[in-house]
Parts: sequence; C-alpha cells; structure tokens
Amino acid sequence: MKNPLSDMCVAIKPSGIRKFFDVASEMKDAISLGVGEPDFDTPQHIRDEGVYSLQKGHTHYTSNSGLKELKAEICNYLHRKYGLEYDFNSEVLVTVGGSEAIDIAMRAMLNPGEEVIIPQPSFVSYEPCAVLAGGKPVVVELRAEDEFRLKARQLRDAVTEKSKLLVLPFPNNPTGAIMERADLEAIAEVVIENDLYVLSDEIYSEMTYKGEHVSITSLPGMRDRTILINGFSKSYAMTGWRLGYACGPRLILEQMTKVHQFAIMCAPTTSQYAAIDALRNGDEDVKRMCTAYNQRRRYLVNAFREMDLDCFEPYGAFYIFPSIKEFGMTGEEFALRFLEEERVAVVPGSAFGDCGEGYLRISYAASMENLKTAMSRLERFIGRLRAERG
Amino acid sequence: MREELLSLIETNSRIDLKELAVILGVEEIDVVNELAALEKEGIICGYHTLIDWDKTSLEKVTALIEVRVTPKSGEGYDEVAERIYNYPEVNSVYLISGGFDLMVILEGKSLRAVSAFVSEKLATLDAVLSTATHFILKKYKDHGTILDKNPTDEREMITP
Repeated sequence: MKNPLSDMCVAIKPSGIRKFFDVASEMKDAISLGVGEPDFDTPQHIRDEGVYSLQKGHTHYTSNSGLKELKAEICNYLHRKYGLEYDFNSEVLVTVGGSEAIDIAMRAMLNPGEEVIIPQPSFVSYEPCAVLAGGKPVVVELRAEDEFRLKARQLRDAVTEKSKLLVLPFPNNPTGAIMERADLEAIAEVVIENDLYVLSDEIYSEMTYKGEHVSITSLPGMRDRTILINGFSKSYAMTGWRLGYACGPRLILEQMTKVHQFAIMCAPTTSQYAAIDALRNGDEDVKRMCTAYNQRRRYLVNAFREMDLDCFEPYGAFYIFPSIKEFGMTGEEFALRFLEEERVAVVPGSAFGDCGEGYLRISYAASMENLKTAMSRLERFIGRLRAERG
Repeated sequence: MREELLSLIETNSRIDLKELAVILGVEEIDVVNELAALEKEGIICGYHTLIDWDKTSLEKVTALIEVRVTPKSGEGYDEVAERIYNYPEVNSVYLISGGFDLMVILEGKSLRAVSAFVSEKLATLDAVLSTATHFILKKYKDHGTILDKNPTDEREMITP
C-alpha cells in the first residue's frame, strides 16, 4: 500500500498541550488553571438571540464573507474602540473563530519558502499554519526581561530578504504580555522599513489592564500592510460559537474569502446572529467580565510575590506566566508533579514554544474561590520543592 | 474604586480588607477609609447575611403584600409607609409605580401569623384601601445569588 499520508502534515508536531491534556483529563477532581477560555458562560441576551434566530428559521448559509449586518457592526466596533476604518463590504471576513482567520490569512499570503516571523511563546497555531501554507516559520524568542514584548531590535535581527509576514500576537497567550503604543511604533518602523506585512492577532484586545489596547493597524502606514484578527470567543465568552473575523486591505481579503469559501462556505449562521447582539448590547458584559479578570490578576500577582515566585506583572489576556527555573526541573515535570500531588492543572510554558521552557501558563479564567485554593496548594507545593533542594 | 468596592462587598461582606486592597490594586488604608466614608454617608446601610431559611428546621413564611393606600396631603406616602415599616414583622417597604402603591415584604412564623398581621394590623389602618397577599412558595434566587445551585464547569481541563 502507498503511504496514505502527507509528509508535510506528518512532520508537524502535535500540540504540546495534548500530551499533558491526556493526563489531566483523567483527574476529574483537579482544579484547572489550564484553560484557555473564559469561565463565564455567554451572556444570556446573546444566547437568546441565537435561539431566536433558530426559531425564526435563520437556518441557511449566509453569504461567504458573513451577514452584512454583522460586518457593519464589526466595523462600528473597530471604529468606536480603536479608531479603525474598514469597508464592511470588501474589507471584513467573518470566520470560524480567530483560528480560521490565522490559517486562511497565511494561505492567502504565503509563497513557498517565504518567511513568517513568529514571536514565541505564543499561541500554538501560528507555526503549523505557516508550514501548511508553504511558508517557513522563523521564531523570535521573547524574553522575560522585556516582559515578553517584541523588541524592534529582535525583529530587525530576524528579517531576511525572504521575510514576508510578522505575526503579532498581543495581548499574548500564554504570557499575558501587551504591546503599548511606543512598543508598536518601534515595530511599525521596522515593518515599513523592510516591507513586511503583519498578522495582528488581537483576540484578547478587550482584556487589557493597563491603558487602552492599541491596534498596530491604527499607526501611520500600517493599515495597508496589516491583517487584523479578532473575534467573539474571549471578549464575549463565546468560544463554543466559533466566531471570529479578519479585516484588512481588499487585495488580501479577496483571496482569503476565496479560501474560506471553498473550505468553509460561511461561518455558523446562528453564531453570526448572536454576535450582532454581542456587538450592539454587550459592552456592559465585557466590562463586568474584564473587571473580574483584573481583580483575579491582581490577586495572583500578589500571591506570587508573597510566595517569592519570580513573575513579571502581566497586563493582558487572562494568563500569568511565572518562572519555575529556581526548582531545576522542566515545566512539564513541574506541571505533572503539581497535578499529581496537589490536584491543580497548569500548562507547561514549553507548549507555546521552546523558549517557554522554565515557565508555567496559569489561567485566571477561574473562580476566585478556585484560585485561592490553587494558590494555597501551590504555596505548599513549592515549599516542599524548596525543602527538597535544601 | 467606589463602585467596584461596593459591587465586591455587595456579594461578600466578609471579604477581608487585605484581599480587597489587593484585588482593587490600592492600599489597605484606602479601603478602610472608603468603607468608613460609605458608612458615614449612609451608602452602606448594613452587612447582612443571606440565609436560605428553607434549609433550616425553622418554619418561616414570606409574603409580598400589595397595598393600595390614600396618600395624605402634604405628606404623600411617607406617613403611611412609616406607620407600616415600624412593625418589626415587616422586612421591606417599597413605593411602587403601577396598579398599587406600596409593596410590603413580611416574614412570619406561619401562614396564620401573616394572615393575622394583614387582617388585624395592616388592613385596618385608616389610609389602607386594600391589600393583596402573595405567599412565596420557593426562592430560586435572592440578592443576586442562585440558591440551590450546583455550578458545573463544562470546560476541558486543558486547552490552548
């Protein structure tokens, strides 16, 4: 028999999270701080709109790029929040989560061998998507001493004549890092200087706890070289609805829409109707949830400080990324022992790139009560580790 | 900080000062001062405990009573409201828009005790025109807290 598999596909490593997931999923009684999605359910009024749309019989395909009303609301939102201007007819594509947008943006933009600069630690999809699109991932290792922000110098060092696309994943999963205006301005300069394009994954934009989120798209000269990705999963606690979007110059969006059309047809109709309501009436919900995340974030920063656990203060998303280098074990060893001995699940930082080794991703999309229990167990656990090491 | 502080202690008045300071990102002394100010201004009126009496062995009945009254000239509804809220059995009194005037919430030991209060004390007041008493059969949610809930987390243990 012929080998049924694609060499390219086989060569892609399965997500590092998967391995750990298999162990963790067996422990039903564990507290999980390993989840990359909100602990809140979708706000009731948004769910209602999904239900009403079904009752009204909106059970068909929408146009490939999404419902016109939704695209118009997305443009309103981006304008009102970040001062961005997009034409809803030709510059917006509604996708199946932000994940699909990442995939099709790369497929629409990359030629074989063209390089994609990917700062890590970051979300697990960028590298495999770049490979599957025929591109060549070039990893830039972000550093704790820079608070895991991407520095212009690092970007400049990574650029070659084959560089095409920079992935800019901020606020960042797994580190919780953000990029402030000055950081982005420095990056934009290098991008323009080297004629790069940017894939700006801003799915956690609402979860910014220091000033207001700035989109690189809003900086001079950047709009025509940036694909902006955002969505409903994190900000409106709508992960299961699978709905995101991409905005950008028509030239690129046309090609992305073509891939989307052939691969997906259109994003789920029910979700699109619900999302219209999220954008029209969801501001208060976003505020309520982000206030709660911010309270938990402060709680954890303080708890780590009291445990003397090395950690920079994150200002974005709902993750905190402490260093465990003092314990002389890998993140995976730490996470496994912590899970087995204390019944708390956290994710080894190495799941998000080799440079995440020595760190843990702790999600605070969990109730305050669970966070407190988990922190007292963590304190006990690291006390034991420190005693073991003398 | 005021609004955030209030919404935190509204659902947990026993939260400790240090924790409040940490999660609000302020100093403990600021929390102490703000709470004192809120008490002084009468914004914080008390620190109560939410009790699901149904789970105790005590017999208790709660009734909502719609009361129609004749307002007194110059005094409006205040005088009759005061007359009613001074009864210790009365839990809450609200002035209401719509088909009646005052909503009186009452706790009694039994149906008979509540009925006696309504017929003997409330309905006989000069200003009271009529009453309609509704007994609460089951409390599902009280003060923003769902009673009898078993929260479930449907999320996977680990996701990227």
